[in-house]
Amino acid sequence: MNPIILAILVVVAIGLVAACILSFASKVFFVPVDERFALLREELPGANCGGCGFAGCDDYANALVEDSELSCSKCPVGGPAVAEKLAEILGKSAGAEEKKLAVVMCNGTTQAAKKLMQYSDIKTCKAAKTMFGGMNVCPYGCLSLGDCVAACEFDAIHVEDGVATVDKEKCVACGACAEACPNSLIRISPAKNVVIVKCHNTDKGGIARKACDNACIGCRKCTTVCKFDAIKVEDNLAFIDPEKCKNCGACAKVCPTGAIHNERKKPAVDPAKIEAAKKAAAAKKAAAEASKAPEAESAKAPEAEGKEEGAQTAKTEE
Amino acid sequence: MLNSLIVIIISMVLVSNYPLAQFLGICPFLGVSKELDSAKGMGIAVTFVMVLATAATWPIMQVLSKFNLAYLQTVVFILVIAALVQLVEMFMKKSMPALYKSLGVFLPLITTNCAVLGVCIKNIDNNYNYIEALVNSFGAGLGFLLAMVIMAGVRSKLVDESRMPVSFRGVPITLVTAAILALSFMGFQGMVS
Repeated sequence: MNPIILAILVVVAIGLVAACILSFASKVFFVPVDERFALLREELPGANCGGCGFAGCDDYANALVEDSELSCSKCPVGGPAVAEKLAEILGKSAGAEEKKLAVVMCNGTTQAAKKLMQYSDIKTCKAAKTMFGGMNVCPYGCLSLGDCVAACEFDAIHVEDGVATVDKEKCVACGACAEACPNSLIRISPAKNVVIVKCHNTDKGGIARKACDNACIGCRKCTTVCKFDAIKVEDNLAFIDPEKCKNCGACAKVCPTGAIHNERKKPAVDPAKIEAAKKAAAAKKAAAEASKAPEAESAKAPEAEGKEEGAQTAKTEE
Repeated sequence: MLNSLIVIIISMVLVSNYPLAQFLGICPFLGVSKELDSAKGMGIAVTFVMVLATAATWPIMQVLSKFNLAYLQTVVFILVIAALVQLVEMFMKKSMPALYKSLGVFLPLITTNCAVLGVCIKNIDNNYNYIEALVNSFGAGLGFLLAMVIMAGVRSKLVDESRMPVSFRGVPITLVTAAILALSFMGFQGMVS
C-alpha cells in the first residue's frame, strides 16, 4: 500500500477512536453549567485579550454568570453592541445600571493655562511629563498630547482647545483613558453628576492662579454656598461628593475662576432646533389667541366684507 | 528488577530532572509556579497525564513498529496525548472542580507540553519494557512535581519578603531563580551511571 495513504489512514483511525472516546466521556463527565454561560460566551468576541480584567472570555462569561452586580460593558473589543447583548441575556437592560462616564478634571484651555515652554519632543503625555512635569506651568493639568485619545478604543475622547474632552455619547466608562493619563486627571464618575470640579491643582491659591486662569484656588466660596454639604476643600482643591451633590449648580455660579462647571447649562445647541422651537411657540400662541377670541374674529369678518363691497361699488361708480 | 526500577525513579527525579536538567516543560514550570497550591496541582496533573500517556503510547508504539510505521511516532503520540488531556480535563471538571479552577488556562497547555511527549518518546528510545516505561514516566512526573514545588516555594518568598530592584521583579528574577535551581541540580550529575 502507498505509505502516504497508509500513514493518513492510521492517523485518521486513531483520531476517530479518540473522538469516540472523548464524545462518550463528555456524556459521562457532563457537568451541568449555567445555560447562560454558553450564550454569554457566544456573544463575547473570543479575543481572550484580558481587556476586561479577567483571564479570558471564558473567565469573564463565568464571572458574569456568578456575579450579577458585574458590569456587562467591560469588553473593550465588543464595545457597546456586545454589552447590550450580554445585558439582554442576563435579563437586565444596559440602562438599568447606573451609567458612568469618564470625566476630565482639567479646564486648562490654551488661553487659560500658562505655558512653561515650547514642547516639541516625543508627542506623548508620558514623555512630556518627564520633562519638568510637562509644558504647562501647572504640573497637574492636561498635557494635551493625547495619551488618552490613543488609549480609547471607542473614539470617545479628543483633545479640544488644549484639554481632553469626553464625547458623552460614545464613552463607555471602560477606564482605559484614566489609566493612560500620567497626571491621573480622568475619573470614572456617575453620569448623573453634571456639576464637576474641572481642576486637579493642589497648589495654594496664588500659585494655582498664576499657573492657570481656570484653576481652583481653594477659596471655599463653593463650600459656603452649598446647601447640601456636598463640597469639601482639601489640599486647596474643591471636591464634590457625588452622593450628596444635587446638581443645583450654585457652586458653579459663585466660583470666581470657573473651575466648577455646570455641564447642564450648555446642552448641545442646534440652531435649527431653536428655529423650530420658536415656530412651534409662535404657532401655539396664534392657536391660543384664535381659540380665545373666536367671536371677535367672526365679528370682524363681516365688517371687512362690507368694506370690500363698498370699495367695489365705489369703483363701479367711477 | 526492583533495583533497576528504583534507579530509574531516582535518576528521573534528581539526576535528569525534566525541567531543571533536561529543560523540558519549561512553560508550566515558569507559568504555574506562582502559588504553591496550583504548582502542586499542576505537578500532580502532569504526573498523572505522563503515566497515562505512557500507558497508552507504549502499546501503540509496539503496534506501529510491528507494521513498520515507527516514523509516525511523533504525530500519533501528539494525537493520543491531546485526546488524553481532554479526557483528564473532563474528568477533573467533574470530580475536582477546585483544582480545575486553580489550573485554569494551563490545563490545556499540558496538551502541548513537551515533557509529556518527551517522556513517551524517551521510553521508546531507551527500550524500556512496559513496567519500566510506566515507572520512568512516574519518576519524571515526580521530578516535575518536585521542581514545581521548590520553584513555587522560592517564588512565594521572592514576592513578599524581599526588597529587590524594580527591574528584577517578575520575569527576570524568576528566570534567575530557575537558572540557580538548575545549577544546583547539576550537582546530582553522575550519581546514576
